[in-house]
Amino acid sequence: MPLFTMVKRALANVTGKPATLMYPATPAKRYEGTRGHVVIAIEDCIYCGNCQRHCVSQAITVDRAARTWEIDRLRCIICGRCAEVCPKDCIFVEPDYHPSTTGPAVEFVQGPPPAPPKEEKKPKAEE
Amino acid sequence: MGNRIVVPFGPPQHPVLPEPIHLDLVLEDERVVEAVPTIGYVHRGLEKLVEKRDFQDYVFIAERICGICSFTHSVTYCNAIEHIMGIEVPPRAQFIRTIWMEYSRMHSHLLWLGLAADAMGFENLFMNAWRLREEILDDMEATTGGRVIQGSCKVGGIRRDIGDEKLGEMVDHLKKIRPLLEESNRIFTHDQTVRHRMRGGLGTLTKEEAWDLGAVGPTARGSGCDMDVRSSGYSAYGGTRVQTGHPPPHGGLSGSLPRPLGRGARSSRPRRTCGGKDARRPCRRKGEGQSGWRVLCLLRTAPPWRVHALHKGQRQEEHRPPPVRTPTLTNIPPLVKMLAGIDLADVPVVVLTIDPCIGCAER
Repeated sequence: MPLFTMVKRALANVTGKPATLMYPATPAKRYEGTRGHVVIAIEDCIYCGNCQRHCVSQAITVDRAARTWEIDRLRCIICGRCAEVCPKDCIFVEPDYHPSTTGPAVEFVQGPPPAPPKEEKKPKAEE
Repeated sequence: MGNRIVVPFGPPQHPVLPEPIHLDLVLEDERVVEAVPTIGYVHRGLEKLVEKRDFQDYVFIAERICGICSFTHSVTYCNAIEHIMGIEVPPRAQFIRTIWMEYSRMHSHLLWLGLAADAMGFENLFMNAWRLREEILDDMEATTGGRVIQGSCKVGGIRRDIGDEKLGEMVDHLKKIRPLLEESNRIFTHDQTVRHRMRGGLGTLTKEEAWDLGAVGPTARGSGCDMDVRSSGYSAYGGTRVQTGHPPPHGGLSGSLPRPLGRGARSSRPRRTCGGKDARRPCRRKGEGQSGWRVLCLLRTAPPWRVHALHKGQRQEEHRPPPVRTPTLTNIPPLVKMLAGIDLADVPVVVLTIDPCIGCAER
């Protein structure tokens, strides 16, 4: 009797469907709340640098003068802290993972030029 | 009496070891006389990092102390900070933390059961345990957003709520998994291969030895010590029915194997009671941190284990690295005791019975 405890399971495994997905053919499992990668809606960004300061893995660089936002995808641990601390709520975590890569994966986002009417406050902060 | 020789076991890599630990085995012929453990291969200095990061950001780093029992580390860290700051966590958040901790515990146990089967060379059982683990991970990912690194705990609460509908689905899913878990347990207790591999009380530790050497968690429970940190009632464990105590004897199987089995069986219970129980209060509460303070803390557990939390809040100038002590560290002396007197060929199996998580032990 104790010889055959595994046999039932083994037979079920042999005859049943595979437990794994045929990955490239079948897309990977993904859920609504999956943290896949971080994106920014740069038009809303005020370049405060909060995301950079709170980034646990120091993956984000914000340049206020040049109005750029930069993320190193290979450093990013997708914790979502940047999205949490963003005062304008313009950073989001999307559910799909970035494809694998062999080279550097720094993503550079150039913000639009500042809108003229909002200028009164901004130059002060820049100096 | 043969000559004594020293054989390095895993210096630090060894096919059976998931993580690097080095054991110098003093052998007399094929028999181990003494084992001298060495750790320190994967020290990452995570405790030191607490000085440099904002206390709310450190949750993510605390979670990375371990890549398996990660959620428990973040909860421990948060508990420590909440204790220092006097933050009260809403009950719903406590319950959801507990649900995630139990899930974490389940997948950790299954992973380890698989590795234990792997150490015996029972690959089929290993794959089976990991397949079951995958089911748990699916629910973890759907609710927290991460498979093994959840990142869903924060100081003062949790980052995500679980909707009632999802809770219901989770309970249904668990009901489906349960017979599979029980079947897998039965293989561990009754299969001829396993029984033969663990024959003759391999790696047995008496209750007194376990207690004296500071065994914790299932290692202690397998020896008959009634020790389960969940019985202290931290998080929402006070409000759930958690079965503690050591596992019942399994069909005359002696030795170290009851340890894993106790885990698997026990893990499939408490979550149902966490289900839809508690107050519908908001899950988050902002921690009012004083910026001049950083926190030194942490010391607790991995899922299968005993909680051990030491917290200390100090002014920034008075920093010392915080002590984090994980159960593997305290389970190494019992391991050394278990290894003395067994055959060289049995060493891999016995090493795996303490669920060696060296990454945790060294931080």
